[in-house]
Amino acid sequence: MEFLDPVLLARVQFAFTIAFHIVFPGLSIGLAAYLTVLEALWLKTHKTIYLTAFKYWLKIFSIIFGMGVVSGVVMSYQIGTNWSVFSDKTGPVLGPLMGYEVLSAFFLEAGFLGVMLFGMNKVGKKLHFFSTLMVSVGTLMSAFWILSVNSWMQTPAGYAYNEVGQFIAKDWFEVVFNPSFPYRFAHMVTAAFLSTAFLVGGVAAWHLLKERKEKVKNDAARLMFSMAMWMAAFVAPIQLFIGDMHGLNTLEHQPAKVAAMEGNYQTQKGAPLLLFGIPNDEEERVDYAIGIPKMASFILTHDFDGELVGLDQFAKEDRPNVKWVFYSFRVMVAIGMGMIAIGLFSLFLRWRGRLYDNRFIQKVAVCFAPAGIVATIAGWIVTEVGRQPYTVYGLLRTYDSHSPLDAPAVAASLAIFVVVYFLVFGTGIVYTLRLMRVRPGEKGDVAQEETKVSTPVTVSSRLPQDSNNSSEEDAR
Amino acid sequence: MIDFALIWAGLIAFAVLAYIILDGFDLGIGIMFPLLKKKEDKETAMNTIAPIWDGNETWLVLGGGGLYAVFPLAYSVILPALYMPIILMLLGLVFRGVAFEFHWRARKSQHLWDKGFAIGSLVAALCQGIALGALVQGITVEGRAYAGGWWDWLTPFSLTTGVALVVGYVLLGSTWLNMKTTGNLQRLARNIAKLAGVATFGFIGLISLWMVFIEQQYLHRWFDAPNIYYLFVVPVLVFIVGVSLYICLKKERDTSPFLLSISLFLLSYIGLIISFFPNIVPPSISVWQAAAPDSSLKFLLVGAAFLIPIILAYTTYAYWVFRGKVKEGEAYH
Ligand code: HDD
Ligand code: HEM
Ligand code: HEM
Repeated sequence: MEFLDPVLLARVQFAFTIAFHIVFPGLSIGLAAYLTVLEALWLKTHKTIYLTAFKYWLKIFSIIFGMGVVSGVVMSYQIGTNWSVFSDKTGPVLGPLMGYEVLSAFFLEAGFLGVMLFGMNKVGKKLHFFSTLMVSVGTLMSAFWILSVNSWMQTPAGYAYNEVGQFIAKDWFEVVFNPSFPYRFAHMVTAAFLSTAFLVGGVAAWHLLKERKEKVKNDAARLMFSMAMWMAAFVAPIQLFIGDMHGLNTLEHQPAKVAAMEGNYQTQKGAPLLLFGIPNDEEERVDYAIGIPKMASFILTHDFDGELVGLDQFAKEDRPNVKWVFYSFRVMVAIGMGMIAIGLFSLFLRWRGRLYDNRFIQKVAVCFAPAGIVATIAGWIVTEVGRQPYTVYGLLRTYDSHSPLDAPAVAASLAIFVVVYFLVFGTGIVYTLRLMRVRPGEKGDVAQEETKVSTPVTVSSRLPQDSNNSSEEDAR
Repeated sequence: MIDFALIWAGLIAFAVLAYIILDGFDLGIGIMFPLLKKKEDKETAMNTIAPIWDGNETWLVLGGGGLYAVFPLAYSVILPALYMPIILMLLGLVFRGVAFEFHWRARKSQHLWDKGFAIGSLVAALCQGIALGALVQGITVEGRAYAGGWWDWLTPFSLTTGVALVVGYVLLGSTWLNMKTTGNLQRLARNIAKLAGVATFGFIGLISLWMVFIEQQYLHRWFDAPNIYYLFVVPVLVFIVGVSLYICLKKERDTSPFLLSISLFLLSYIGLIISFFPNIVPPSISVWQAAAPDSSLKFLLVGAAFLIPIILAYTTYAYWVFRGKVKEGEAYH
């Protein structure tokens, strides 16, 4: 019976589709920004190496972005098909925010995407750069609005009810900038940048490892690796800092979630920071716990003997699933710590002038290529599962949010989603990996580019649409 | 009197129309894909829409997101009622959307992704048409929720509207190709357009007549005096546009067939609105009942009034950058 609970099926379906979706926007946000930086550097210095790196990641970006779009369109309709009571009740508050997302972000991205991908020889350099910049701005605006929506569901503010039981906005500023939004926005955007940095760094490291075997110096791969390691060195520690503040904010608004993250069943003073353990819901304790005494109290209350609220303060039916939250949180933080370690090590190597020939860091970087993505998904699981059993925290329960659902229909659509997503996005990932295997700068298009750039008459002015010399300069 | 609910009904109607026309022609090209036998023709056809399809599809997101924002009741009734067609449409759009990239990346499986492009487009179009037909037939509502069965959407009428929309999209797609290409491909597109034009014209007639038998309300709206005296203009215009379309195709014009096909869609759409108004979920939920409170309508309207003109400006710019005929082998990739 349990497995045919339509609400559970709908939840699995939502979680499945959004977990796929978030991978792509996460990378799109980061890659769009990276491409903007590379193109700016190219325009400023006219060094081909930047153009080489730009074109290399542009191809990868276009696949990832495409997958982000199609998986996103699914999301925007799924809220209505599966969560109609939620849609009806929250529409007046959350709908306009999503409306702003479409108007200010999706159109911007889509409008300039064509020029960015295909317009290199149709518009001037500056306009092309502007298009890249607009796509990048679009991805950030998109994150802004959707995270505002999600944060409002976590920490609702600025609302009232109307006579038919819908949430309505009393104060839009409070709705948009609800208490957890600034933290979540900062944390997610940083997560996107880090995920991208480690992807870029991993790919570059792989080519550097090959460079040693093939004995050819690959400048583009070095550039990418160096840029990625700068990000690791400076942004990963920032992420720790933001994450810590985010946690404090959550403690204030969703103490049950924090208790689940810490595996803290009993309210206690001087709670330990558990590094590992197995949460045991029956006995209300964590088995095989290994921890640092008093540390959790210190991090969360800045006092070694501070009191932390435990899950015992919440009725069983008001608690989130502890295991999911507990493990996912550890995965995320462990990856965050690993990133910081890599960043610091890279600084050391840079100082010794050995950044490009230390094989150890390159191997670790290859292993960490997907780490940011894994941490992002883990982080979202902490956030979303930790919010249960509510869709709007404290106000609307998940089991009061769903559509009039028919279990076989939901089960069938879930099954189709699983098959199609693995097939389509699995293939997309294979194609992406294939593109990453190509050595940056290979295929001789660089040499061709070099002559183009050095002759002053060409690219800088807006080219007539089908002038012959431009058509051979392949945009991609 | 004009109020916020009506303004928004107009804006959503505009977004849906923009979607139907813009994504209509690029879905149409997907549907016609199997008819283009040569690989080069397929690639040229694909390249005519590659830079703009994402923008076209964004109107669908605006239609859905906008409905959630300003008519949440309609959103939360219509989507569960049309559960299956909507999910299938989304899956169709997944296959179709990724094909633009996968076509160039695939080695052995290229023909499979091309099939995915065609079938995905076909399924998406068919499901949109079915959804429209189901909406026209009316949706069972109790309280604030959908109260019908899981297969209510599947009727002879909705299947007919499904097929009709597929044919209509092929008309848009083929006249677009006729405008954007040259040589053999253009000739092929023109021939397809002639057939699709005749079929579309037939379907418009069939569905219009069928509709008035489905719901008393539609019958009265069109045939009661005094409405009939000025509403008969609509069918007359449809007739004129249809005939001109055929003539222009015969005369091998480039641009006008596409514009006339759009006009045909526009007129049919106006006809639908005349039948529906003031309901947003026929037969029982009106625009005003479904509307979100004024505070929400106003808040989003400020942004829409400011942003929609900007969107139209840069969308036009994007079309302008890629204007003109696309020649064979002018590969973007
Ligand atoms: C629109 C707002 C929204 C946003 C931006 C997200 N979610 Fe969410 N999520 C929901 C709105 C939502 C929801 C509609 O409210 C669900 C469905 C059922 C539920 O309880 O909440 C949900 C459930 C849900 C669940 C199932 C939780 C459970 O049933 O125990 C998971 C694992 C995720 N989501 C994961 C994610 C991930 C990985 C996201 C990152 C992009 C994400 N969510 C963003
Ligand atoms: C329920 C949640 C979500 C919904 C309904 C949703 C909806 C969508 C839709 C409809 C698109 C395609 C837009 C287009 O046609 O161009 C999209 C893409 C995108 N989404 Fe989401 N989204 C959700 C969650 C998120 C989250 C959590 C983020 C980031 C923090 C995000 C960031 C983006 C970005 C940057 C894009 C652009 C395409 C890409 O980068 O791949 N979305 N989303
Ligand atoms: C380094 C130490 C880190 C700490 C202390 C930390 C802390 C947190 C906390 C407390 C939450 C839950 C927020 C809530 O209450 O809902 C969270 C969520 C999240 N984390 Fe982390 N995090 C860290 C590293 C990372 C890294 C490295 C990434 C990805 C690269 C990441 C990605 C995310 C994401 C995507 C979410 C969900 C969105 C959100 O709620 O902000 N985190 N993190």
